[in-house]
Amino acid sequence: MTSREMMHRSESAVSIELQTPDMTLNIGPQHPSTHGVLRLVAKVDGERIREVEPVIGYMHRGYEKLAEVRTYAQITALVNRIDWVSGFASEVPFILGVEKLMGVEAPERAQWIRLILSELARISSHLVFISSYPLELGATTPLMHSLREREYILELIEEVTGGRFHPNFNRVGGVKSAYGGGSTTKKQSMDLPAGFFKRTSEAMDRMDKICDDIDTLVTGNELIKMRTVGVGIIPPDKALEFGLSGPNLRASGVAYDLRKSDSYLTYDQVEFDVVSRPGGDCYDRYLVRLHEVRESVKIIRQAIDMIPSGPLQAKVPRVLKAPKGHVYSRAENPKGEFGYYIVSEGGKMPYRLKIRSTSFSNLTILPWILKGQLIPDLVAIMGSLDFVLGDVDR
Amino acid sequence: MLNQYYGDYVTVAVFVAVGAVLVGAAIGMSKMIAPRAPGGFKDVPYESGIEPILGGWSQSHIRYYIFALLFLIFDVEAVFIFPWALQLEYFDSIGRGMFALIEMFVFIAILLLGLVYAIRKGVLKWE
Amino acid sequence: MSIFIEAAIRAVFVFGFLLVTVILLVWVERKFVSDLQNRVGPDRAGPWGILQTLADGMKSFFKESIRPTNVEVALFVAAPIIALMTALLIFMVVPIGAPVEINGTEYALVGADLNVGLLYVLALSSMAVYAIVFAGWASGSKYPLLGSVRASAQMISYEAAMGLSLVPVVLFAGSTSITTIVEQQQGTFLGVFPAWNIVLLPSFVIFLISGFAETNRAPFDLVEAEQEIVGGYHTEYSGFQFALFFLAEYIAVFNISALTAVLFLGGWSGPVFGPAWIAWVWPIGWFLLKTWAIVLFFVWVRASLPRMRYDHLMSFGWKKLIPVSLAWIILVAIAIGIRDFGLPWS
Repeated sequence: MTSREMMHRSESAVSIELQTPDMTLNIGPQHPSTHGVLRLVAKVDGERIREVEPVIGYMHRGYEKLAEVRTYAQITALVNRIDWVSGFASEVPFILGVEKLMGVEAPERAQWIRLILSELARISSHLVFISSYPLELGATTPLMHSLREREYILELIEEVTGGRFHPNFNRVGGVKSAYGGGSTTKKQSMDLPAGFFKRTSEAMDRMDKICDDIDTLVTGNELIKMRTVGVGIIPPDKALEFGLSGPNLRASGVAYDLRKSDSYLTYDQVEFDVVSRPGGDCYDRYLVRLHEVRESVKIIRQAIDMIPSGPLQAKVPRVLKAPKGHVYSRAENPKGEFGYYIVSEGGKMPYRLKIRSTSFSNLTILPWILKGQLIPDLVAIMGSLDFVLGDVDR
Repeated sequence: MLNQYYGDYVTVAVFVAVGAVLVGAAIGMSKMIAPRAPGGFKDVPYESGIEPILGGWSQSHIRYYIFALLFLIFDVEAVFIFPWALQLEYFDSIGRGMFALIEMFVFIAILLLGLVYAIRKGVLKWE
Repeated sequence: MSIFIEAAIRAVFVFGFLLVTVILLVWVERKFVSDLQNRVGPDRAGPWGILQTLADGMKSFFKESIRPTNVEVALFVAAPIIALMTALLIFMVVPIGAPVEINGTEYALVGADLNVGLLYVLALSSMAVYAIVFAGWASGSKYPLLGSVRASAQMISYEAAMGLSLVPVVLFAGSTSITTIVEQQQGTFLGVFPAWNIVLLPSFVIFLISGFAETNRAPFDLVEAEQEIVGGYHTEYSGFQFALFFLAEYIAVFNISALTAVLFLGGWSGPVFGPAWIAWVWPIGWFLLKTWAIVLFFVWVRASLPRMRYDHLMSFGWKKLIPVSLAWIILVAIAIGIRDFGLPWS
């Protein structure tokens, strides 16, 4: 290289703008704030995230495929493992779909029991959020307080269904009878455990109290507000565009709740408000969930008063066969809209089961919303979307 | 007086030595006891359970540099303020207290002005 | 007695005191936090789990110190040592009690009464950040690097405020020797109130806040924010090297508490009762009482508050703490001027 060339080079080297190369950072799969095994490949400049690419599938268990070789009764044992934080709630839309497909309707008491347990599952799921979200922002104490209260809910669920996380309680045409039999027994189905409603309303009083406690401990906390107000704003149009549902959508000002707009079970007979907030930031998503706990408490109190007596199980044939056809069934899960598309070619097993899981759809917004955020905000935003990796990967 | 002055620093030196011996002994002990079996995946730097992409070092953004410069100003300023604070009583006793006071006001006012300038320029915004 | 031997004896006493304190401190923190959170906390090792820290410390001796492939060995090894040494050395200038007289000789209950004590403290606490920066940088890993960048950003935002918050104390005492500052706080003000430097309330608050930032404690524990950057600077450390960092952090908490007690709460000053042979215990008791009260305050804050975001933290330091402490220096200087000259118009 001649000296002249050298000089030319050095001049051009000086004249180009100095750029800081971005660092590629793996956040997850083993990271404390990814709720399991979500992996985000982030391009960061310092702590500012330039772009982020979520990588999912670390927990894929193949439930859709498994369901093709299971009978309808066996599938209920699978579907409550999709979103394990609210196991009962993900059973409900499936069993409703199967009932619709087979033309069976569960007795009214069974419907009410499903409603009560769904709402208990909602409270339990929201309490997990309310406890883990401040932890993600660095506050350790709310975790202990609200997880302890959740234990009362889990005990109630266990008392009725026998399982804390995986109730497997729904049967086609009703709910499990206490004799442990399947669908049709000659014996009279046993009812709920004695004193269950009394203990439930006691637990509801506790829930009211813990909501007040969390209000004083978290809601009014200045530092929590600094971390969450105005952070990760999702405008309503974007929320709809990305197919968000549940509290995440309602926090963006869209008061859309399947319990009201496409009522199932006996939700049309109880009174409750659809909680929505206009802001669309992390704080609003937190508040929506906190208020939904109060609404669920209201629903359960009404249900306890209104529940009729009667059988728990409708008459169904001994061998469950669905006619040829397909059905889409959905329900408002704690995390949002949860749907199953069941295709039957006739026979004991579905031909195809498509699961529209809530967390998966809610996560599609991640690359858009995380662009340009700081790493601390990434934690705040991801936490506020409240997803469960089992629900994402299925 | 001078002896006392050096005595203090001898004490500091002895403290450093004793501390070094203490820490060294503890580390040495743990070296002797602890197992040592390097190799395998445990030696890979942690990056959320994935093998790291590229190296562990990256350039930092220029904004840290500006903060560091500002910090330097305020830390060096302490070098002036502390002796002044120590000697204020002395200035009072020789009747020059008012001079010392006003002199420091001017100094701090200039500093504050600089800080306000930096804030208004948006240097302290995290962008 | 040779000055070397005396200094060595003092050093052993100071370090021994610190190590015992830290063992207690970790246990107290865990027990207190678990009480606040309706948990039991450690209760297996010894009565009420009081030996838990000791057990944890012993365990770390038997654990392998993994050295990842990318590290800069010298700095990687040096960092925890720097952290612990600076933490240990800060306490040597803190007087834990009034001087005691043994056989006619007066002994000060302090490692060394440096006449630049306060500056020595500031210098060493700036040194402490090197440990974190070195640790994060030398690890050759991304999360520790982010942690160390945060550490330096945090340090430059709070170091200045901390130094400035001590200027009014120096103005009051006319000395940077910590023993002199404590002696200046003896006695009472208007006959009732103790003449503590707590009257310099803004200084006290700023110093305490900076103390939280200096020791990387919640709500300013950004440097090791587990949910964000995993373990921060000590992600790659394991075994005894990690234990050194752990030890250093808790000693630093005790140091800041002790300094706050000494600089603002009158240190050992307090009423003394009883015969002469027991009277010397009281000042030590008062000092420990005040220090532990602040330690418990640290723990209480940790249990109640979430973590701040670091750009908030930095703008808080630059836009609030530094201007306030500068303005406060001016006010205190004017007050001292009035005390010495009288009002300008009189």
